[in-house]
Amino acid sequence: MTAVKRIPKDQIAIEGLTGDAAIAHALKQCDLDVLAAYPITPQTIIVEDYQKFAANGEVHCRVIPVESEHSAMSACIGASAVGARVATASASAGLALMWEILYCAASMRMPIIFTVANRALSGPINIHNDWSDTYGARDSGFIQIYTQSCQEAYDTTIMAFKIAEDHKVLLPIMVCIDGFILSHNVERVEMLPTKAVENFLGVREPFIKLDPDNPITMGPLALTDYYFEFKEQQERAMEAVPEVFAQVETDFEKMTGRRYGMFEEYRTDDAEIIIFTHSTPGGTAKATVDVLREKGEKVGVLRLRMFRPFPTKEIVEVVKNAKAVIVFEKCRSFGAPSNPLALELRTALYDLEKRPMVVDFVIGLGGRDCPPTTIVEGYEKTKEYLKKGKAPLYETMGVRK
Amino acid sequence: MTEPAALKLKDMLKKPEILTSGHRMCAGCAAPTIVKLMGMALRGPTIVCEVTGCLEVATTIYPYTAWKLPWIHVAFENAAAVASGVIEAVDVMREKGRWSKEHVDVIAIGGDGGTFDIGFGAISGMLERGHDIVYMCYDNGAYQNTGIQRSGGTFPGQETTTSWAGKVSPGKEQRKKPLAEIVAAHRTPYVATVNPYHHRDFITKFRKALEVEGPAFIHAFSPCPRGWRSQTGKSMELAKLAMEVGLHPLYEIFNGTEYKMSGPSRRLKELRPLDDYWKTQGQFKHLFKPEWADFKKSLQEQVNDDWEILKKKCGIE
Repeated sequence: MTAVKRIPKDQIAIEGLTGDAAIAHALKQCDLDVLAAYPITPQTIIVEDYQKFAANGEVHCRVIPVESEHSAMSACIGASAVGARVATASASAGLALMWEILYCAASMRMPIIFTVANRALSGPINIHNDWSDTYGARDSGFIQIYTQSCQEAYDTTIMAFKIAEDHKVLLPIMVCIDGFILSHNVERVEMLPTKAVENFLGVREPFIKLDPDNPITMGPLALTDYYFEFKEQQERAMEAVPEVFAQVETDFEKMTGRRYGMFEEYRTDDAEIIIFTHSTPGGTAKATVDVLREKGEKVGVLRLRMFRPFPTKEIVEVVKNAKAVIVFEKCRSFGAPSNPLALELRTALYDLEKRPMVVDFVIGLGGRDCPPTTIVEGYEKTKEYLKKGKAPLYETMGVRK
Repeated sequence: MTEPAALKLKDMLKKPEILTSGHRMCAGCAAPTIVKLMGMALRGPTIVCEVTGCLEVATTIYPYTAWKLPWIHVAFENAAAVASGVIEAVDVMREKGRWSKEHVDVIAIGGDGGTFDIGFGAISGMLERGHDIVYMCYDNGAYQNTGIQRSGGTFPGQETTTSWAGKVSPGKEQRKKPLAEIVAAHRTPYVATVNPYHHRDFITKFRKALEVEGPAFIHAFSPCPRGWRSQTGKSMELAKLAMEVGLHPLYEIFNGTEYKMSGPSRRLKELRPLDDYWKTQGQFKHLFKPEWADFKKSLQEQVNDDWEILKKKCGIE
């Protein structure tokens, strides 16, 4: 690998891009071999923009305009199996239609990059943002990274290939942006020169592939005697992610000066109450915390990026001395004691002798707005719960009851 | 290098087998024979993409495999989509200097369940996009792998575990989906029906399918003693008989419009009665009860009609 050098400012292109367009530009620079995708709002622009690059000969890639998302992920697996660099994009119902094949992609160890514009699941049908789609796929074996800004979406998409294709990992990755809130929102994005991205990523070197000179069988039947071992190996690959992720971020930082971590800590050092969320509510929470801090409140934000693998130990270290952690999450796990993000956190904290109180708020389902007042309301409620010494396992906020 | 197809017996014996013995298909199953005949047609480097089904589960029980070709299985309904990814990736990687082989043939294989029914959307998409893939359906007339349930490929009058012959039901009552013609209607460059008994016809057609530019479809009739309740030693005869009674006539369709009846079907003076076929299999036994006499007659009329229509399409009067 060539040494990574800081890219001079005059080589950086600055543009106003939506989240979708930022991802499309990242994909354009990652020298894909195959992109197979099916349109669905609010992800569509990623594929439309990429198709335009292809139509103008700006990428050397085969775009397969498949007839369904199920076939999109299937074609990605076929292409990845012969050693190609592969990506797809989807959301909501489209992701749900891929469901079966998500598990195949992960267990067959295909380093496919799957960009997702998070959107609510039907019904009623709704095109706006929440996290039910990718949260539902949290056990599929995909790595999941949630991003807050268009810049972060661009950067993460590029880094994702290097993480996924590393032979210690070989797992597919979902790079997630909030539907509409980020996918259709224009922000300033600094783009690297394509040559720099190509040097950074290199060409994919498959660990094994379908090769007529060395025929192998991929995707066999494994029953009671071997299936469990396949699953064990998948878990080992997940365990290898943090180290590879950190190395890739270090190289990326050398090139750009930017690094994000598995999560972002914002004013948490002396915080008595820590807000735990991700994606665009992370930005809202940080802005709200600035105001609360001016009023003398000891509050901070832990903005999660990597939901799978969940950085358990590292998160515990950050929040263990807080009095309370407030979870804001855009998903309801019907019939569950609380909801996906809070469930992870509570499990992580359970073994501590002295645990912070965990308060779980379900917000923004189906794209309902989550302004700073949502964060403030949750914060005030949490202070009340701390006084009482007791909080409900979860509650919904911003909904007519 | 393009290797010739092995059509003569001595050449067939010399051509390397693509499926080893020791696989765990049922005794008498025609599917391994079909795969081996496919192997006789190959012209060089080949990748096989297969759907979930009998052939898949019984030939690749980890840590063993019977396949001597690079082979991939992902799921039940998606071999056509997987193959689309394989062929496009190989082509672009060759352009980028990352694939050394001059040419690779990509073959997708599915049973009737994975082809007629659950995988049909993916196949239609593959055909519409025009990838250079040969899709072969080995049609054993039901979801045999999951325990003999009816499929879109099941014949009317056939008893399965989801189309029982009972006091008020004669087995499956609906027609079989005319799959070869549906595929051809996509203006697919080459479509052919085959059976393992007429092996030269089979190999010749499979080779044509490989050589044609763009998608091609092979519909192979595949007797299943377990599901059909037929004798294990009779599978090749049943494949021939299905052709003779007109249930699986042999023909080709070029570019979706030009029909050509193949030799074995063309040489038939007339169809043999369906009774000759039905009486060889337990799955049709109930049809000989007096209460189904009229139903049976209607099925014979249906096949006679279909045969006349096919002859007309093939220009045979």
